[in-house]
Amino acid sequence: MFLQLIVSGIAIGSIYALVALAMVIIYKSSEVPNFAQGEMAMISTFIAFMFLDSYGQGFLVSFSGALGFAIVLGVFLEFVFLRRAKDPNVLSLILITLGFEMMLYGAASWKWGAEQQSFPFPVSDFDIVNVGPAVASYLNIATLLVALLLMLTLFLFFRYTKVGIAMKATQQNVVAARISGIRANRILSITWAMSSFIGAVAGMMLAPIATLDPNLMMDPLLKGFAAAVLGGMTTLVGSAIGGYMLGIIETLFGGYVSLQFKSVVAFLIIVLVLCFKPSGLFAKHYVRRV
Amino acid sequence: MNTIENRMGSNFFSVQNLTISFGGLRAVDNVSFEVTSGSIFSIIGPNGAGKTTIFNCINGLYTANSGKMIFKGEEITGLKPHKIARKGIARTFQNIELFSRMTTMENLMLGRHIHISAGVFSGATFFRRKSKAAREEIKHRERVEQIIDFLDLQAARNQFVGGLPYGTQKLIELGRALALEPELLLLDEPSAGMNTEEKQDLIFWVKDIQDELGVTILLIEHDMRMVMDISDRILAINFGKPLCEGIPEEVQNNSEVLKAYLGEEEI
Repeated sequence: MFLQLIVSGIAIGSIYALVALAMVIIYKSSEVPNFAQGEMAMISTFIAFMFLDSYGQGFLVSFSGALGFAIVLGVFLEFVFLRRAKDPNVLSLILITLGFEMMLYGAASWKWGAEQQSFPFPVSDFDIVNVGPAVASYLNIATLLVALLLMLTLFLFFRYTKVGIAMKATQQNVVAARISGIRANRILSITWAMSSFIGAVAGMMLAPIATLDPNLMMDPLLKGFAAAVLGGMTTLVGSAIGGYMLGIIETLFGGYVSLQFKSVVAFLIIVLVLCFKPSGLFAKHYVRRV
Repeated sequence: MNTIENRMGSNFFSVQNLTISFGGLRAVDNVSFEVTSGSIFSIIGPNGAGKTTIFNCINGLYTANSGKMIFKGEEITGLKPHKIARKGIARTFQNIELFSRMTTMENLMLGRHIHISAGVFSGATFFRRKSKAAREEIKHRERVEQIIDFLDLQAARNQFVGGLPYGTQKLIELGRALALEPELLLLDEPSAGMNTEEKQDLIFWVKDIQDELGVTILLIEHDMRMVMDISDRILAINFGKPLCEGIPEEVQNNSEVLKAYLGEEEI
């Protein structure tokens, strides 16, 4: 029982970790928690569904189409709305992302309706492999692998590529980055594109185990946010670990204590973290010198 | 001699009738000057005279209300900061602007941003020392090592800059500006907060940057000994307006300048 709960926890934790990463990438560059993250992922997942269901395309075409759409959507939102904000402060930017959230939610409800669709996926959720005494579905394993692969890619990107390092630099000091020849606006667009891409992956990995409707990402978004707070909103690695921790804690709680109150655990964790280690478990706490 | 200097000046860097207002306040009012290639040109003036505003305008952080800036025969007025950096204009700040959660090495490597060409894929995936990205990385690290040697920053190489002493951070900022391999270097109060010994070293380095690297320097500085020591020409401004421009001796003895610094004699 215990091991089985851990396995399920890791599977759902992968989704949380991806959502947390998507949020942290944007948060680090603009100090804005992007509340539209979930709906951006949801819309992208619907695009994949549309390709599959309405146009009868294969998985490869549909999924790459949806990911491409996610990138365009991220850049579009940043370029058309956020960049136009005059003298923005953090609060107004957060409100803009809330606006996106409603726009996208409305658009999805209008286009695809509120009925629940089942999302076809090339990897089955019913074929299982034995992990010791526990079982994991192929889909669980695929989700874990995809998440780990994305994290590795992100790590290489931020550690070794020019754009990745420029992104880190912009996050630390915009003025210094600009005068060193870094195009800070462009960096922000790329940030949104990456974040949207990662969110879309999370959405498409989640859709086959959940049901596809406009509410698809509501719960995972909040959980991903909680995971990011738990691990630390300023650290990519920390937020990913936070995602897995939250997934495991939540499943264990659901298994041993109360299934009904499973979702509450996430918010209990937010409150506890904010009380005892406000910058998150894995973030170094920097005091701004005045 | 004079005519040659003038001709070179208009070719290298000139500011013509620069005016910047913030609301009703004219922070910079009709300022013009020319900088000859390879010289050290200083801007002096009391606090709030508009010196840093001129710098912010030159490298594109502020936009001028009117006036022109010409760098090597090309107008750079109104360009974005990253474009101006790519033209070869680097700067340091009065209040240090560094990437504080990175090491000295990483900060200087970021100064080389505009020279690095490896793309996302080759950058993320080099495994052999002979691959293109690796060779490029080695080349840039060598250049950065030279700068570290030049500024005596060996001890700080792999330390996070946020925790280093103020004087060292100022040098790292200077190093990052040099890593861009600028032709024009803007130094905004480089000696502020340094002790006498550090100031002496700084004067040598600034001279070296001019002589050995052939970089033209635009300097804002409050330490008059340093300014009079190393400047080829000086512009004095007050309340955004130019008071006088000339060689150090002229400016030193100008009555307007003395008035601005020491106040008017009461009769």
